[in-house]
Amino acid sequence: MKKLMIAILMMALPALGMAAGSSIPLLSANIDLDDKESLQRGATIFVNNCLNCHSAHYMRYNRMSEDLGISESDLKAMMFTTDRVGDTMKVALDPKEAKSWFGTVPPDLTVIERFRGADWLYTYFLSFYKDDSRPFGVNNLLFKDVGMPHALTGMQGLADPIYKDVTLPDGTIIQVVDGISQPAGGSMSVPDYEESVRDLVGFMVYMAEPAKLVRYDLGWKVIAFLIFLTFLLYLLKKEYWRDIH
Amino acid sequence: MKNKILEWVDDRFPLTKTFNEHLGQYYVPKNFNMWYFFGSLAIMMLVIQIVSGIFLTMNYKPDGLSAFGSVEYIMRDVEWGWLIRYMHSTGASFFFIVIYLHMFRGLLYGSYKKPRELVWMIGVGIFLLLMAEAFMGYLLPWGQMSYWGAQVIISLFGAVPFIGPELALWIRGDFVVADATLNRFFAFHVIAAPLVLLGLVVVHITALHEVGSNNPDGIDIKKDKDENGIPRDGIPFHPYYTVKDAFGASLFLIFFCAVMFFWPEGGGYFIEAPNFVPADPLKTPDHIAPVWYFTPFYTILRAIPSIAGSPFPGVVAMGASTLIFLLLPWLDRSPVKSIRYRSTTFKLWVTMFVIVFFILGYLGTKAPSPVFNIIGQICTVLYFAFFVCMPWYTKNEKCKPVPERVTNK
Amino acid sequence: MSDGVDHSKRRTLTIAAGAAGGVGAAFTAVPFVASMLPSAKAQAAGAPVEIDISRMEPGQRITAEWRGKPVWVIRRTKEQLKGLDDIVPYLRDPNSELPMQPDYAENAYRSIREEFVVLVGICTHLGCSPTFRPEVIAADLGEEWRGGFFCPCHGSKFDLAGRVFNGVPAPKNLEIPRHKFISDTVILVGADDQGVA
Repeated sequence: MKKLMIAILMMALPALGMAAGSSIPLLSANIDLDDKESLQRGATIFVNNCLNCHSAHYMRYNRMSEDLGISESDLKAMMFTTDRVGDTMKVALDPKEAKSWFGTVPPDLTVIERFRGADWLYTYFLSFYKDDSRPFGVNNLLFKDVGMPHALTGMQGLADPIYKDVTLPDGTIIQVVDGISQPAGGSMSVPDYEESVRDLVGFMVYMAEPAKLVRYDLGWKVIAFLIFLTFLLYLLKKEYWRDIH
Repeated sequence: MKNKILEWVDDRFPLTKTFNEHLGQYYVPKNFNMWYFFGSLAIMMLVIQIVSGIFLTMNYKPDGLSAFGSVEYIMRDVEWGWLIRYMHSTGASFFFIVIYLHMFRGLLYGSYKKPRELVWMIGVGIFLLLMAEAFMGYLLPWGQMSYWGAQVIISLFGAVPFIGPELALWIRGDFVVADATLNRFFAFHVIAAPLVLLGLVVVHITALHEVGSNNPDGIDIKKDKDENGIPRDGIPFHPYYTVKDAFGASLFLIFFCAVMFFWPEGGGYFIEAPNFVPADPLKTPDHIAPVWYFTPFYTILRAIPSIAGSPFPGVVAMGASTLIFLLLPWLDRSPVKSIRYRSTTFKLWVTMFVIVFFILGYLGTKAPSPVFNIIGQICTVLYFAFFVCMPWYTKNEKCKPVPERVTNK
Repeated sequence: MSDGVDHSKRRTLTIAAGAAGGVGAAFTAVPFVASMLPSAKAQAAGAPVEIDISRMEPGQRITAEWRGKPVWVIRRTKEQLKGLDDIVPYLRDPNSELPMQPDYAENAYRSIREEFVVLVGICTHLGCSPTFRPEVIAADLGEEWRGGFFCPCHGSKFDLAGRVFNGVPAPKNLEIPRHKFISDTVILVGADDQGVA
């Protein structure tokens, strides 16, 4: 027991190894939550491509349609036929099956943006490349050895890795992936694909915190009121403190 | 009519008497500056935390399987739940901001010195309990940071010689942080600790009102009373400080609401990003950092090297770094209270302490590195030196003359 | 304190600041009060339910759950419908004057289509769920009985339109929820053309 505890401490306290993640610079997603049409397109991409394996089981369909202005018929078209509009975005995939398939259960994506950040997600979707050594034939510059296929291949096509030679201290030369080529074979041009990824990430930002759509507006009103109240209280304080010499 | 009712109550309950004792005829130095807002602001923060906490409790589920989901349920499905949750999470950080500034005020103006030693010590007790309260509350969202933060801190108890492992096991109620831990932390967080906190706050204020407030000049206003026995430099708390504190509270709320509405994650310091991943006992996040208000003490913990494989010395140092505040009234031997009239030496020491405190806080948020570790160790030494050397550098301090009456700066 | 205090200004400012503070406090209370309303989850769970009546025999009752409450659909026989007229003298509110039903059910049969009545199966007395007693003649329920519901808790009696008898503890007719026929064979409970309940 004691050893375990010390092991945990050692792991947590002086863990010298930094984060294992890759360190390519992140691209800027430039999300605009006021662009409802972009969010709607993102919702469609999400439902069609991500929801097959990943769930979003804190997000309700009807909340989404109300917030993003999706009509009821469009909404019904997006949902599984067995779902009701008040349901959350569950996934048809059986977790046990998923585990045998992917090696792990695909994580729920409702709040993933609040963990990863919009820029990370945006970069992630633009960083897949062909890698035949991986189970799904793809790898990712940002998320090395990612355990999922490139779900948007149909849209983007697939990029090839660009290698560079690195000389190890012992003199051997190895090839490491340095970048990726222009993707080929997709249904979209590069700018269109980037725009679609922006839509998708925008939707994921919204989904991670639907209150974001209202809290800024309300915030300005509350602060304006408080400034007014503070001003009144300042006058009141000043008036009373005229007594004090 | 109003008077009749008041009379009726006063015959049965000391309403007017209590009001006068603590507000209407409670005389307070007239020269308070903005540092003196933080006492009443701390009470306001306590109220905000209790009220928002009660409403969170209505929808939160202290259960390993549903805790994370219930927080998202509050954030989405409960009407206005997001606001109440952000109020509570932002409130936790602001509570500590207020408390740290309140304590710093005490340091600046010697508010811990005779006759206010007990006021100060009870205050330190409140601070310690508040840290426990915040620590237990941080487990409740049941995200990765909640889980592993708790795992690390509880494991510290495992470092106590002889009884350590059993102690840690007893605190957790399981072999790792688990459902049982969550459930008991919930009980402590929502009822046990707040009850004691409220009690301590009452005692803190009672003790304060017995001895009276200090002030930025560090002068005892009770020494100079007029023919009616009222301090010449004193003014009744009500209405003068009620209106002033109301103004301060409103001003403070502007900042509070700005963060709550526009910046609730506080740049990852108020709500940490890994906490949006549900707790996973099999996978530690890449980097564990406690919430910012613990980081100075966390750095001290990390700075002390293990002895014979036991991190216990670090645990002792961390404990000492918080408990040492209790000794401040006796470590400071200067006859002068306020920093306004104290020596440059003392001012330099205080400045050094503040800088060191910030550096320690910053380092606690970072992953360890050899350079950071050395800086952390230096700062730890300086942190303790501020207290340990205090009897010497304050003993024959060259102070400026303290005026007879308060000044209005 | 020193004289020369402008009391009226002081009073005005106090009132203004107090009023503004009061308004602020009232607005602050709104989120807390509103947070206790049914959440999106509860509302989703309480969404309108569809009841399939295609296989109902005359005289049959089926029970569905809506918002956690039993909802009955009864397909009444010709004989039972006639019984609704006979029973009128024994009823407290035979014409459904109390607002216990949407206006489209404010008729002699308390239903949109004569045969099918939709009722919330909770006694208006103290919330028990009455027993279905469709038989037109029941020895234990009195001569006037023409089929209906008998509450086992305190003996309240209702007819097959959910109308309450005279002289029983229950004060009102059984509630009829908002509902509509979305087809000949499906009833939607919890919503009608005017909106969701």
